Amino acid sequence: MGTPTPTRTPRPRRRTAPSPLRPPRPRLRSRRGAGPAHPRRSLALTLVTGLALLYSLVPLVWLVVNATKSQASLLDSFGLWFGSDFALFDNIAATLAYDDGVFVRWLLNTVLYVVAGAGGATFLAVLGGYALAKFEFPGRRAVFAVVLGAAAVPGTALAVPTFLMFSQLGLTNTPWAVIVPSLISPFGLYLMWIFAAQAVPKELMEAARIDGSGEIRTFFTVALPLLAPGTATVLLFTMVATWNNYFLPLIMIRDPDWFPLTLGLNAWNAQAATIGGEPVFHLVITGSLLTVIPLIAAFLLLQRYWRSGLTAGSLKG
Amino acid sequence: MTSTTTAARTPHRPPKRARPRGRWTGWGFLAPFMAVFALVFVAPILYSLHLSVYRDQLVGGTSFVGLDNYRSAFTDPVFWESVSRVSLFLAVQVPIMLFLALLLALALDSGRLYGRDFFRISIFMPYAVPAVVAALMWGFMYGSRFGLVGNANDLLGVTLPDPLSPGLILASIGNIVTWQFVGYNMLILFSALRTVPHNLYEAAEVDGAGQLRVITAIKLPALRGALVIAAIFSVIGSFQLFNEPSILRSLAPNAISTGYTPNLYTYSLAFSGQQQNYAAAVAIIMGLLTMVIAYAVQLFGMRKAA
Repeated sequence: MGTPTPTRTPRPRRRTAPSPLRPPRPRLRSRRGAGPAHPRRSLALTLVTGLALLYSLVPLVWLVVNATKSQASLLDSFGLWFGSDFALFDNIAATLAYDDGVFVRWLLNTVLYVVAGAGGATFLAVLGGYALAKFEFPGRRAVFAVVLGAAAVPGTALAVPTFLMFSQLGLTNTPWAVIVPSLISPFGLYLMWIFAAQAVPKELMEAARIDGSGEIRTFFTVALPLLAPGTATVLLFTMVATWNNYFLPLIMIRDPDWFPLTLGLNAWNAQAATIGGEPVFHLVITGSLLTVIPLIAAFLLLQRYWRSGLTAGSLKG
Repeated sequence: MTSTTTAARTPHRPPKRARPRGRWTGWGFLAPFMAVFALVFVAPILYSLHLSVYRDQLVGGTSFVGLDNYRSAFTDPVFWESVSRVSLFLAVQVPIMLFLALLLALALDSGRLYGRDFFRISIFMPYAVPAVVAALMWGFMYGSRFGLVGNANDLLGVTLPDPLSPGLILASIGNIVTWQFVGYNMLILFSALRTVPHNLYEAAEVDGAGQLRVITAIKLPALRGALVIAAIFSVIGSFQLFNEPSILRSLAPNAISTGYTPNLYTYSLAFSGQQQNYAAAVAIIMGLLTMVIAYAVQLFGMRKAA
């Protein structure tokens, strides 16, 4: 055991730890060509798969088309084609101005929840995943089991007691009630653990230590840059989760001033069903479009990271 | 060199020149996560267990009732009706969605599609749409007033069955969920396929294996782990069904009751009915049920592997 080889022994064990059934896999980001060696493109397969493409895109097309219609022409024109008037810009202006510009307020709330919630969740997951992957410490395995077990606990089982606890602390109806529970992403921790195990060579950490770098400095200067692709993946997952969050704010927030977009849109929609409420379906539709656009833009810009992240997810057996 | 197991578990001792690293250093990095985790996961679960053995009555205040709440839940027809509803949902929607996702992943991986990346991104895109927006959008499209169903009725002079009617609403919800998640599952499976070593395909080609044989002998076994994960996520998702029925309720109040899914039931018990203790018990039963089924799926997947 006096040889330097033990440095390497923990690594394969760690990599296979979450999947005892699977052999070690090639590195996460390796790129190769598609399956068979020389596939010929097939028009028939493209057309059949095109049906799934239509299924995925038609509702989004519907949303875009109908965001251009006034409330009146929503009712009397064909759903998948434009109406007699083109009211997109009027609708956007009306959406942003309705009820003293409450939509803008909701948008800013959502941005706050995403930046603080998803940003914080990602940071905690990166730190924790790095710890689990690169340090031996008492209770490491227990931590892992507990956190992954917790991921299976349904949201409502947590929601009621969390609401009661937060209401005793006076935190309901404040942004904290949405941000603090968003800070934990068991899946994010898991992804970072897998990713850090492969992305940060122990030798590099040892080298930094020999050079006299403290653990915190090693983390920020050596590990963090290597963890960037995994971090981007976790950030995207947590961003989608917080941007789309509905259940948590539904429970925690009563004051419309602290609504995120999802709650606000639902409130506008429900308004038509209440007695004396003004139906604002054109605003619901335009507001929905405005809610979707930022996330789809983020997707298109950062989509290549998702694949590497999901590959890490598929390591679990 | 006495025992291999202890040798494997002994942490690597750094060379003498390196700064000695404490056994607890890892905890320093993990502590922030664990602190928040304790606050928003562990404490609520413990509190929930505590709540579930009490009962709050108008007369007499809060009293300890042992397992009474659990006993009531086990004989509560509304609860079990909602459980059987999500079980039906799970049994029908999840296989359809995963099968579609599997076909799409195989199509993407075959390399025979024109514009593969366009397909990949477009089919995945609905995942970025918030459940609220997806439910509102589909709810409008289902509607006979300005929805596509209404358009089809007018255009063709027929009366299509109303997707928001009590008989069809579960299928309509299933469609929304499938729309949102088929691309996500496709991507999980596609990513797993991409990690298959290339030389396996070359070997298969040399052996003269056809496409179908390559799929059954190489690709499907390679997908097993990813399929198990996708299935577990889908089980958890089905049992937690809340957003879609909760939002469609305003469009179809007669088709969706307050106890339509277990989550809706717990929500209405706790926040409209003020029965927080009973709601806690129901939620705990549902949590245990979810874990048991997710675990069963995992065992099933593992057994097939052996």
